[in-house]
Amino acid sequence: MKYLDEFSDPELARNLVDQIKDATSRRWSIMEVCGGQTHSIIRHGIDQLLPETIEMIHGPGCPVCVTPLEVIDKALEIASRPGVIFCSFGDMLRVPGSAKDLFQVKSQGGDVRVVYSPLDALKIAKDNPDKEVVFFGIGFETTAPANAMTVYEAKRRGIENFSLLVSHVLVPPAISAIMESPTCRVQAFLAAGHVCTVMGTDEYPPLCDKYGIPIVVTGFEPLDILEGIRRTVLQLESGRHELENAYPRAVQDTGNPAAKAMLLDVFDVTDRAWRGIGVIPSSGWRLSHAYRDYDAEHRFAVTDIHTEESAVCRSGEVLQGQIKPHECEAFGTLCTPRNPLGATMVSSEGACAAYYLYRRLEVTNA
Amino acid sequence: MCLAVPGKITSIEDRDGTLMSIVDFGGIKKDVCLQYIPDAEVGQYVVVHVGFALQRLDEESAMRTLAEFEHLGVLKEEFGDGFELAAKQAGLTNPEVLS
Amino acid sequence: MPEDPTTIDMESWVCPAPLRDAPNIVMGHGGGGAMSAELIEHLFLPAFGPAADAGMGDSAVVDIGGARLAFSTDSFVVKPMVFPGGTIGDLAVNGTVNDLAMAGARPMVMSTAFILEEGTPLDEIARVAQALGTAALAAGVKLVTGDTKVVDSGHGDGVYINTAGIGLVDERADIRPQRATPGDVVIISGDIGVHGVAVMSCREGLEFATTVASDTAPLHGLVAAMLDTGADIHVLRDPTRGGVAATLNEIAKTAKTGISLDERTFPIPADVRDACGLLGLDPLYVANEGKLLAFVPAEDADRVLAAMRAHPAGTRATVIGECVTDHPGMVSAKTALGGTRVVDLPIGEQLPRIC
Repeated sequence: MKYLDEFSDPELARNLVDQIKDATSRRWSIMEVCGGQTHSIIRHGIDQLLPETIEMIHGPGCPVCVTPLEVIDKALEIASRPGVIFCSFGDMLRVPGSAKDLFQVKSQGGDVRVVYSPLDALKIAKDNPDKEVVFFGIGFETTAPANAMTVYEAKRRGIENFSLLVSHVLVPPAISAIMESPTCRVQAFLAAGHVCTVMGTDEYPPLCDKYGIPIVVTGFEPLDILEGIRRTVLQLESGRHELENAYPRAVQDTGNPAAKAMLLDVFDVTDRAWRGIGVIPSSGWRLSHAYRDYDAEHRFAVTDIHTEESAVCRSGEVLQGQIKPHECEAFGTLCTPRNPLGATMVSSEGACAAYYLYRRLEVTNA
Repeated sequence: MCLAVPGKITSIEDRDGTLMSIVDFGGIKKDVCLQYIPDAEVGQYVVVHVGFALQRLDEESAMRTLAEFEHLGVLKEEFGDGFELAAKQAGLTNPEVLS
Repeated sequence: MPEDPTTIDMESWVCPAPLRDAPNIVMGHGGGGAMSAELIEHLFLPAFGPAADAGMGDSAVVDIGGARLAFSTDSFVVKPMVFPGGTIGDLAVNGTVNDLAMAGARPMVMSTAFILEEGTPLDEIARVAQALGTAALAAGVKLVTGDTKVVDSGHGDGVYINTAGIGLVDERADIRPQRATPGDVVIISGDIGVHGVAVMSCREGLEFATTVASDTAPLHGLVAAMLDTGADIHVLRDPTRGGVAATLNEIAKTAKTGISLDERTFPIPADVRDACGLLGLDPLYVANEGKLLAFVPAEDADRVLAAMRAHPAGTRATVIGECVTDHPGMVSAKTALGGTRVVDLPIGEQLPRIC
């Protein structure tokens, strides 16, 4: 793929790694917020190439991992109802709720369908007028415009048998929450490139100033990640704490104004519980009043949810970068991708799953 | 999060009042909603996430970035890698992981 | 052994929790990965009891009246029935032919049993049957017996096909997964990820336009060419569901050997890579047809590779790795950047992701 493959070039990667090595004179701890970045780092072995003085702390940027247990349980309940076609991104199918997951709901007769885009769910609604179609609208700011446009279209075209179960989460409040944590070791952030593609970069300089940390907007391919780390190290070494854009081909300072306008119209900011972390104020989006009729939580008044997390799971600490996955006692034994106790082991970009899938050799030998 | 990939717009049309396009990802073509980049043109590259174009891909910027990465390597060749030079002088093989 | 053969006493199993947690079949059980393996190991084999004599290969080699025969069975449930490059009919023949070929056998005869969904248009069935007949002729295998059943509308997805095949095992062949040994070279016969992408491109909710067409093809000719070199071929397997990753993991586990791959050598066509990039899939886990993995002793590798490349079904044959003494039972890969990653057994189906 053009403008993608070139950014995996091993020779150029080597140049960047050398530059990072030359620039690093002491220990630094950098957090990559985005789960897609975590996945890329571990899958390509980028952290194995970095000087050992640089520690990459894996952040909570995996919307699958942080979707609150209560919302998962609501999704499972709605999906179990006859007459409902429950559509979702593939990522969510194996996330464990208190008692089961969407795959099991499907096996018990629920009509659960994987789609690539929320617009596919809208089409299913149009093609099945006698069914209620619900789309599981999770994700960070990157995915919100797609979900927003879909519910906007549903309203505009009067497709009334469609509704959205929303659980969006926002990055800047997460950065604040992490920095406010008393055990925080993070000294700099790689900001999530595609989140900034939508939102632009102006939410970040105030965070740089408030916490005295560099924030570098970073992409996802190996060269992009290495470049993000390189610029971060240069800032750390020279005592700067600024917002930098290391992904200019896809990120403009102003983001996408049309998308931002739609987001303002369709969503309202809300407090959100992040699974494994807790409630972060004003860290989520829910449907605004104008779209109340298309809100699945209202349409399917789901009550009687009793959530129950695994007592053993430490995904919260992993998500906040306090422990590495293999430091959890359950890692690889009680908790595996086959039998995940928490969401960080289910999602392909959850840190625990990434470590299990790609790193078992080292962490078991270590 | 956010698996978004770059592709080239090959056609644009209005479908039921929504601006849609067919985007070519190097041989794979998919329907992509263009509502968020209404002034996009055929032949331009866009970054696509779950069936929506989120932003134009700045081709010049992409080429500049790649050129910068290459330039870093050129600088190194001109001036050499300090560690490699020292290792050679000491008669040791370079324990570089990438070699 | 339970007295009532239809009652399964779950409590008496030795195996751990997984199956008991999910009391129903889920789609993952058909994915060719860990869940499928568990179902066989922890449900079917114990339930069959002493009557079961199942090895771990794709087909069974049995001695009957002095003749060494390979016997295999398979079911084809692919949706949609027709996809770029083929139909369920082609898959049915080539799938069976290849299972036999992987034991070093020449396919002789096969059966075809159809389960038809009420309401399926007759011309669609005819198209599938014709494709099946054409593929059988091309593969030189005779269709000698069959069966037809019809199920209520709403079941059966149009057509399900079950086949069984019998072949004559080449006397030079001793091909079993247990024979994979450290030092063996691992060869793939051509491009990977092709079939899975072709089928996915027409699946509802994922449709995309592509020129990728399924690579379904019979491989017994290629296997014969490989045997003709006189090389001692240790293992042959066609990486279907679960992709190259699933197959290599199964072999590693059965033979208790480690396998080490080099990512830079994987022959992945650009359009497969792009489709996988778009959906967030790893080509190593995508299904293949018309491809085989071979484990050969290092000293035989060059001539086997040459013979493969000289054959139409193996022109892009490539060495992708080797068996090692490290990490027995696990598969690792050196990444293009020089790092290392584990290539794990897939759990269930691979799903497109947004993250």
